[in-house]
Amino acid sequence: MSYDRLTRPLVRENGALREATWAEALDRAAEGFRRNVAEHGPDCFAMLSCARSTNEMNYVGQKFTRVVIGTNNVDSCNRTCHAPSVAGLSAVFGSGGGTSSYQEVEDTDVIVMWGSAARNAHPIFFQHVLKGIRNGARMFAVDPRRTGTAQWADLWLGLNVGTDIPLAHAVAREIIHAGLHNEAFIERATVGFAAFKECVEPWTLTAAEQVTGVPAAAIRELAHAYARADRAQLCWTLGITEHHNATDNVRALINLALLTGHVGRYGSGLSPLRGQNNVQGGGDMGAIPNRLPGFQDILDPDLRARFESAWGAPIQPRYGLNLTQMLEGMAEGEVTTCYIVGENPVQSEADSLACAKRLAMLDHLVVQDIFLTRTAQMADVVLPASAAWCEAEGTFTNSERRVQRVRKALEPPGEARDDIWILCELARRLGHDWAYDGAEEVWDELRSLSPQHRGMSYRRLTELQGIQWPCPSEDALEPPYLHGRLWESDPERRGAPAPFAVLEHSPPVDLLDEEYPLRLTTGRRLDSYNTGVQSSGFASPLRRGETVELCPEDAQRLGVAAGEDVRITSRRGSVVAPVFIDPALRPGLVFMTFHFPDDVDVNSLTIEATCPIAGTAEFKAAAVRVEKLVKAG
Amino acid sequence: MIPLQPPRRLIDVQIDDETVRVPEGATILDACRAAGKDVPTLCHGDTLTPKNACRVCVVEVEGARTLAPACSRKAEAGMKVGTGSERARHSRKVVLELLGSSVDLSTTPRAAEWTAEYGADPARFGADAATVEQPAKVDNDLYVRDYSKCILCYKCVDACGEQWQNTFAIGVAGRGFDGTISTEFDAPLTDSACVYCGNCVEVCPTGALSFKTEFDMRAEGTWDESRQSETTTVCSYCGVGCNLTLHVQDNKIVKVTSPHDNPVTKGNLCVKGRFGYGYV
Repeated sequence: MSYDRLTRPLVRENGALREATWAEALDRAAEGFRRNVAEHGPDCFAMLSCARSTNEMNYVGQKFTRVVIGTNNVDSCNRTCHAPSVAGLSAVFGSGGGTSSYQEVEDTDVIVMWGSAARNAHPIFFQHVLKGIRNGARMFAVDPRRTGTAQWADLWLGLNVGTDIPLAHAVAREIIHAGLHNEAFIERATVGFAAFKECVEPWTLTAAEQVTGVPAAAIRELAHAYARADRAQLCWTLGITEHHNATDNVRALINLALLTGHVGRYGSGLSPLRGQNNVQGGGDMGAIPNRLPGFQDILDPDLRARFESAWGAPIQPRYGLNLTQMLEGMAEGEVTTCYIVGENPVQSEADSLACAKRLAMLDHLVVQDIFLTRTAQMADVVLPASAAWCEAEGTFTNSERRVQRVRKALEPPGEARDDIWILCELARRLGHDWAYDGAEEVWDELRSLSPQHRGMSYRRLTELQGIQWPCPSEDALEPPYLHGRLWESDPERRGAPAPFAVLEHSPPVDLLDEEYPLRLTTGRRLDSYNTGVQSSGFASPLRRGETVELCPEDAQRLGVAAGEDVRITSRRGSVVAPVFIDPALRPGLVFMTFHFPDDVDVNSLTIEATCPIAGTAEFKAAAVRVEKLVKAG
Repeated sequence: MIPLQPPRRLIDVQIDDETVRVPEGATILDACRAAGKDVPTLCHGDTLTPKNACRVCVVEVEGARTLAPACSRKAEAGMKVGTGSERARHSRKVVLELLGSSVDLSTTPRAAEWTAEYGADPARFGADAATVEQPAKVDNDLYVRDYSKCILCYKCVDACGEQWQNTFAIGVAGRGFDGTISTEFDAPLTDSACVYCGNCVEVCPTGALSFKTEFDMRAEGTWDESRQSETTTVCSYCGVGCNLTLHVQDNKIVKVTSPHDNPVTKGNLCVKGRFGYGYV
């Protein structure tokens, strides 16, 4: 199914949405916010900002939440993907970005792709990986499925879903026992090694083989290759982060980099590959509950004071609610009004039925989008926006922290308007007169407040085809990798040491048993995207709709053939989908995507067990059973 | 600290009557362009290794027995190059005549201009000269393969193969005069390894591979590059941050390319970035 662009504002009347003028829609939207905040206080408001939209929109969006409403309840869909990476990286290094540039993957010796089907999900990043391989790098793929990425690997480690920590621990133990860890680096730049060494001690190769299903020799091979390499890149994606203990998974990988000194040098680093065009930027701009623009900690009184004087409004000295907590708050009646910009939580959240129920409990829901998504259909006011990447000016920030210019190529359809214009109109109706004359002015305001963006004028971004943060100075460029300070010989300049994490293995929450014997994991396909809203707009010859992918052995055991409809049932829901036979899977593993929620609502199967630190749901591990449909009669 | 490549020696090359200084390892074509000479090229791709297939860029190197392809011959210190000598011009003229008589160059940028400049007369081989004329292959909604425009430059083979995409959906079938560009085992495109990234379309010099939108609009007669704007922006799908150049006519995206000198994409995109804009 494909969606039509929204061209007129809509308001709800007698239970149905009808077209309205901009003035009426904006008045209704602002009035609802005012009514709720007057009645329940500012913390009843929650904003979901858009990881698709520009940095400038995210900046204005979080400013709207913090200044106009007066709460820190602002978050975005990074909660469903890489929040654990940000949480893990910032806990260790104080900064939540990936540490390396794409170029470095071409110039490295060992590449580890952990839980990342980059060949299909990040094809152009994978071209850099391929260049690296052609330049002689060895590549290791760690993934339950033998993905397109694994087909290019020197070694594929097909682990059982949710056993990343035992595998990482076994790699670490092997490195330590073989004496291949970088003692000088550990001594100077890290803390907590002794405790870490103790916690990995039980994970012998044999023990890990039993739990992870990866042969001991393969674990040993990975450990030795990674530790002996002059330079090594460790890349991961949602295979690591969509688990209930995702932040621990990320920390387990960071431990390996700390153990071997593969961080803070050219060609050695840690790269979480981001899945949305501007999910990195959204967090950088402060559209998250615990950070101000420039990824600055909201609990730091001096920083808050700077923003308060710049914005002329007090900022709450505490963290706001993240997306998961917002949804809980709706259920408890604490969050009563919500402003959603360009997000589709009804179809992208785990356990989507529960999510829709919660949104339905809101007193006032405003959705600003380019399509009438499932989420927008539930709104009291729908505001038609422009498509950020081609109908607006601004910037995006990519996985290598490169801020790049986005330019307007098209006029938005009908009465659709620019996101920032809409936000400013709402702010004006709530008593804040912001007169931004275009995106550049917003960006310059951000630059005055965020040291790591200070040197990035639009002119420079154009000339250099994007600049990686940090970029504090107008006339210099920093190295492309982060945390070089860890290698300084002067302790002053080395800064805070990076802590090892002591982690326990925690298997997936949704246990397998006789009733639900198969492990369902979800992911993406090359030509489709997320909930399919965008990618349904073009006719891809590769697209075959939603299928449930089984390995030949399982299909034979269940007595089902390719193309046959089967019923997939979890403890939360049940869907019907046709079978697709994929020899890349291992027995006991089932794969589906979430690209076609209107046809097959896969997220009604997934489990809402979330990572307590970052709030990401366990999309990668549900327990299901697959049954033949019994023909009636 | 960023490790730097060892510094490259600069060498002096004489192009026609002027001396040009280029880094060691540069091609004669680089030197010609540095000197502002307009040497025609078809099979040369700035993101691909030279294939030396079309011979339209040949120049005269003093002391050499044969003409040299400027796109791939390395410039050497003290080399004396003639870009517009009688011999080089004559060779280019015949190449253009052979190509023009056998291949449809109607959508090749600058082909008509070069034909006029070199006085080439493709019609001189008569009406029954062999051609590669054949019906266009329209078998999907994203791009069209019109091999009556193919000059066998192999750029698409290289882009799809080991140089960029590593999909290997495009190869060469046949030998010699029977050589044609083809999918593996000449299978229908939809059964081939093709992932529809369009990186072959990006490098095709003649329009043999083109966006279906462009192909259809040309057929209708509505394709008008003079009314198109080009805007470089960033893709709206994953977080890699690929740069796209949107070609817009009448407020509609009609084609998407990618800047070849961009550090993220090097001119390449995936199926979503290149074709997945239908929703706007």
